[in-house]
Amino acid sequence: MRSLRDPAPSRLAYRMNRLMLTPRFRTFLRFGLPVLIVVSIGAFWASDADRRLDVSDRVVEIKRQIEERPEFMVHMMAVDDVSDTVAADIRSILAMDFPMSSFDLDLDAIRAEVEELDAVASASVQIRGGGILSINASERVPAMVWRNADGLTLLDRDGHRVSALNMRTDRADLPLIVGAGANELVPEALDLIGLSGSIAPRVRGLLRVGERRWDVVLDREQRIQLPEADPITALKKVIALDAAQDLLARDIAAIDFRNPRRPVLRLTKGAIDAMNDIELTETKDTLR
Amino acid sequence: MTDLYESQRAMRAMRRAAMQRGVIALLDVGTSKIACLILRFDSDTGLPETEGIGAMAGQSRFRVIGAATTRSRGVELGESCAIQETERAIRTAVQAAQKMANVRVDHVIACLSGGQPRSYGLAGTVRVNSEVVNEQDVACALASCDVPDYGMDRDILHAQPVNFALDHRSGLTDPRGQIGQRLACDMHMLTVDTAVMQNLIYCLKRCDLELAGLASSAYVSGMSALVEDEQELGSACIDLGGGTTGLSIFIKKHMIYADCIRLGGEHITQDISKGLQVSTSVAERMKTFHGGVVATGMDDRELIEIGGETGDWEHDRRTVTRAELIGIMRPRVEEILEEVRKRLDAAGFEHLPSQQIVLTGGGSQIPGLDRLAPKILGQSIRIGRPLRVQGLPQAVTGAAFASAVGLSLFASHPQDEWWDFEVPTDRNAHRSFKRAVRWFRDNW
Repeated sequence: MRSLRDPAPSRLAYRMNRLMLTPRFRTFLRFGLPVLIVVSIGAFWASDADRRLDVSDRVVEIKRQIEERPEFMVHMMAVDDVSDTVAADIRSILAMDFPMSSFDLDLDAIRAEVEELDAVASASVQIRGGGILSINASERVPAMVWRNADGLTLLDRDGHRVSALNMRTDRADLPLIVGAGANELVPEALDLIGLSGSIAPRVRGLLRVGERRWDVVLDREQRIQLPEADPITALKKVIALDAAQDLLARDIAAIDFRNPRRPVLRLTKGAIDAMNDIELTETKDTLR
Repeated sequence: MTDLYESQRAMRAMRRAAMQRGVIALLDVGTSKIACLILRFDSDTGLPETEGIGAMAGQSRFRVIGAATTRSRGVELGESCAIQETERAIRTAVQAAQKMANVRVDHVIACLSGGQPRSYGLAGTVRVNSEVVNEQDVACALASCDVPDYGMDRDILHAQPVNFALDHRSGLTDPRGQIGQRLACDMHMLTVDTAVMQNLIYCLKRCDLELAGLASSAYVSGMSALVEDEQELGSACIDLGGGTTGLSIFIKKHMIYADCIRLGGEHITQDISKGLQVSTSVAERMKTFHGGVVATGMDDRELIEIGGETGDWEHDRRTVTRAELIGIMRPRVEEILEEVRKRLDAAGFEHLPSQQIVLTGGGSQIPGLDRLAPKILGQSIRIGRPLRVQGLPQAVTGAAFASAVGLSLFASHPQDEWWDFEVPTDRNAHRSFKRAVRWFRDNW
């Protein structure tokens, strides 16, 4: 039976056929349309606020479940390489209540917090296997005792505060510096003390005068007044003088080296009297 | 005249656009079938450019990527008589060809077999302004041709310069650059019925296709069926179509005459249908399977089952001898050929140096035509098939597709037409007005 249908395509069918042969339209059908459908379905679904809230709640819940798995929990803190007092300090400032998730720990912040302690020079923080928060800190080594208006302070080689000190005698092994602003020049002070050499046993400490220059204070109330510029050379000269002429053993109150070209010796009261006596006797002798 | 320039130039621009896009459809709207070819133009053909292989008359530049044929509907004598039906048939053919090519075509070049084409020979003479003939002079010569009054309801389909003469020298194909005083040109103009052309254009527009060219089917079948020598030396191409028989005469590779006889294969079918009292489809089947024009003794003994579906057993079981069938067909074929002879005589075909006649079209496949035709048309006759073009399917290499294949040559290498030259300046009203204004401004 032959089909009685008109073999000619209808106008609409013809146009559709031509449209389907258009490359741009075919590309649109293949890529554009599926994307459009998926996006529009997604947009329609997300247009309801309750559904969005539901999804975000669920996401938070799943995230929390994962974070709180035992593999990610931190149970204890280990503080290594520091003395017990510093370790106690670190524990007290961090004040963490274990167990907690490692996702909640901000290691950089913990490290910064630990390094803010005066006694700690640097610290590294890591989470070790077995849920241990390990803090490796290196302590500052006190190199100097600084006496100022507030009391005694221990300083390290860079002049950074280490801790307070009750009694000078507690750390009699460390040199003493005195005066406001002295802590800012700890390296220079250390150099000066290191230079003292032969007079070292006699050095009581360094005095910062007017935040400007150093005085080396010796026992028997003797002072070496150093200039603002280049105090090290000046001290070397003084030591050389002492070695040559045994200057400091004599009865003088101070060696004024503030002007290096014109050092001045200040005698003690007794010495002046003695010198006056000698002069008088000599005058008597000449008069005689 | 300006109108013609505009519309034809628009078609040329459309053709260029199609070439740029690379795909163009060719549509042969005939009486019995509508053929649609889809060409793809690309510069890279894969053929090596060596000395032996030239441009191959431009054929190497295109490839047929889609071909479809459908039975024509609503076309009689090459003219659309039922526009809706014709449009449907065109849609069928175009859609099938597009499906084969898997590409969408927007531009179409169509050919027109009906519309009672009439040929005119025009002549024009012009004085050459400068020493050397330039393009402007050629345009002036073409414009100086006095156009005959071809009637209000007719339109120019082709207007091709055929010959140029400079002073005493005639037979120039390209006078540009030559030195002379007086330039004369001969032009061949072909007009067709406006209504027929408009109907076809309307059908194509209804199919969302842009018209990129329109050609006479007699002309394009001559382009494909005649070999180059025949076109050069003078020959006639007779396209025995379904409803019309196209006739074109070529010399020096130019068409100088075209005509159309409103008789064709459908008339033979109708004769059989009437003579044997069978339906048209049965008659068509008998014609194509058993038809012929020269009877032999064997044909008296060969019985043909007529068949049929009328339901009358006696009626459907009749037989005829082949001789009887030939007896019905032959007078009609002779009538067509005699009509062709008359037209050729009227056109002065006997004055051509070579008088080769090439029969093509579906009707040329009737067995025995090669023995009948020489008796009427003269001895130098051959049955021509269209040129072979790249990618053409086997099914459409037959003689019936001569005009469809010819359209592909027309699309790739159109001959110069009148409107391919610039309009001469002084004929352009707009510009001459501008010049007048300038003259006034300069002198007053």
